[in-house]
Amino acid sequence: MRAAIAPRVGVLALQGAARLHASALAELGAHPVEVRQPADLAGIDALVVPGGESTTMSMLLDSSGLQRPLEERVAEGLPVLGTCAGMILSATEVLDGRPDQRSLGIIDLAVRRNAFGRQRDSFEADLDVDGLAGGPFPAVFIRAPVVERVGDGVEVLARVEQGPVLCAAGSVVVCSFHPELGGDQRIHQLFLERMEIPCPVTPSGPASSTRRGPRTKPEASSSPS
Amino acid sequence: MLGPGSYTGRMTAAPESTPRASTGTDRLKRGLAAMLEGGVIMDVVDAEQAKVAEDAGAVAVMALERVPADIRRDGGVARMSDPALIEGIKAAVTIPVMAKARIGHFAEAQVLEALGVDFIDESEVLTPADEAHHIDKWAFTVPFVCGATSLGEALRRISEGAAMIRSKGEAGTGNIVEAVRHLRSILGDLRRLGVADAAELYDWAKRLGAPVGLVQEVAGSGILPVPLFCAGGIATPADASLVMQLGAQAVFVGSGIFKSADPPRTARAIVEATTHFADAELVAKVSRGLGAAMPGLEVGDLDTKLAERGW
Repeated sequence: MRAAIAPRVGVLALQGAARLHASALAELGAHPVEVRQPADLAGIDALVVPGGESTTMSMLLDSSGLQRPLEERVAEGLPVLGTCAGMILSATEVLDGRPDQRSLGIIDLAVRRNAFGRQRDSFEADLDVDGLAGGPFPAVFIRAPVVERVGDGVEVLARVEQGPVLCAAGSVVVCSFHPELGGDQRIHQLFLERMEIPCPVTPSGPASSTRRGPRTKPEASSSPS
Repeated sequence: MLGPGSYTGRMTAAPESTPRASTGTDRLKRGLAAMLEGGVIMDVVDAEQAKVAEDAGAVAVMALERVPADIRRDGGVARMSDPALIEGIKAAVTIPVMAKARIGHFAEAQVLEALGVDFIDESEVLTPADEAHHIDKWAFTVPFVCGATSLGEALRRISEGAAMIRSKGEAGTGNIVEAVRHLRSILGDLRRLGVADAAELYDWAKRLGAPVGLVQEVAGSGILPVPLFCAGGIATPADASLVMQLGAQAVFVGSGIFKSADPPRTARAIVEATTHFADAELVAKVSRGLGAAMPGLEVGDLDTKLAERGW
C-alpha cells in the first residue's frame, strides 16, 4: 500500500461475509467495492472472495455472468484473496464438492470442503504464520476446508495438523480460516502488500476427474496494473 | 454501500480470552451466522426436499416435522423433527443443516446438538415447551437462532446466547406484513437508540426489558451484535427483495417454496432475488412465469398467531 491512491478492492458480494471484509479493508485504507455483476469489475485493482457457501456462490457466479469476465481478469493477473469458501472457489481442484460446482482455478491446490467436520467441530486457534510479524494469528475456522495437494510454485504460509491452511502464489492468497472475523487485519495487510507481486505461474497440472480448471494459459500472466 | 442497520461485523469481544484451540465460542457461533448472509435458508421436511433446496442454491436447510402452513392447518403439538429424518437430510446435502427445537425445550436442543446439526432454531413455529423460560443457549457448542418481533425481544434472546436473530413474521401465511412490521420495529428502534443520550438509555433498557449493557452497546454501534435475518411470510422473489432492502441480512423461506406451484424454480428465483435485491430488473426477470405462489392467509383471520409465542 505504497500507492498514493487507495487501491479499489472488489469484494465478491453474491453471498457470504462480504461486509466483514469490506470493513477490514476500509480500516486498512483500501477502498472496498461490492461486486455482484460484471460491470462491478471495472476499475478494481484486486478481489476478495469471502467465506459463505461455496455451492451457492458457484451457482451465482454462473447466473450473474461473472464467471467468464472474472476468469479473464484473473488471467491478466488480478490479485485475489480467497477465504474459506473463497479458497474453495479459487482452487484448481475441489474435493467433496457438488459435481456441478465450478471454481475459478486461480491457484494450483486441491482443497477438501468441510474437512474438519460440522459446526460443533469449528474452532479457533492461534496460528503461526510464516513471515508474519506480531506473533501468532487468531484464526477462526468455521466448517473449514483444508488443502490436500499443493501445486508447484505455491507457498504454504501456515498449516495445522490436518494440512496447509494459508497458501500464496504471487498476488493470490488463500486461507481456510476467516481473517475477517478475528479483529486482526494482518492477513488483509499481507494481501495488500502482495498485490504488487506478479502472479508467477498459472497452473496447468494434470487433469483429474474433479478438476474444474485451469481455464487460463500460463503465458497470459502479467503484472497487475 | 452499507444498508440501514447493516451489520458491519465488528464482533463484540468474546467474554473469555482465546485459548489455544477452542470450540463453541461466541465468535464461531456468530461467525457461522455471518457466513449465511445474503443467502436463503429453506425449510425442508425430508432428504428429497433438502436436495431440491441445495440444487436451487440454498445456503442452509432447516429441518422440521411439517412446514408451518401444514402445522397451521393440521393443528396439534408440533415438535422437533424425527432424528432419522434429520440424519437423512444431513446425509443428502453438504450445506449446513439447521433444525427446530421447541421454545424452552433444552432436551430437544441437546438431542439436536448430539445429532450434529449446525444451527438450532428455538422456534415459535413449534409448540412452546416452557411458558416463561427460553433455552440457556450459552450452555451449547452449537449456535442458536431465535425469532423476535421487537428490539427488546431480540436483545433478550441475544443475552441468552442467540447467535442470530430472525424476525418472526407470521409463519405459514405467505403474508409478508408481519415480517415487515417486526423488521421495521427492530431496525427503527435501533435508529432511535442511536440518538438517545446516556440517561435515556437506562429508560430504554427498562422499556425494552433488556440488559442495560447490551442496550448501551447497540446504541453505540447502531447494529445488533449478531446478524439479523428475516423469516415468516416470504413467498415471492419480490418479498425477499423487500426485506433485504429494509435491512435484513438474509432470508428464511418456510412454506413459500414447497407450497408453491414450482418449488425448484421458486427456490432458485428467491435465491437470485436475495443476492440481487436492489436490482429490480433482475427481480422482474426471475419472477416471470413462476406460477402460483403459496396460497396466502390474512393475518387478521388467524386463530393462532405464532409470533405471540416467546417471551
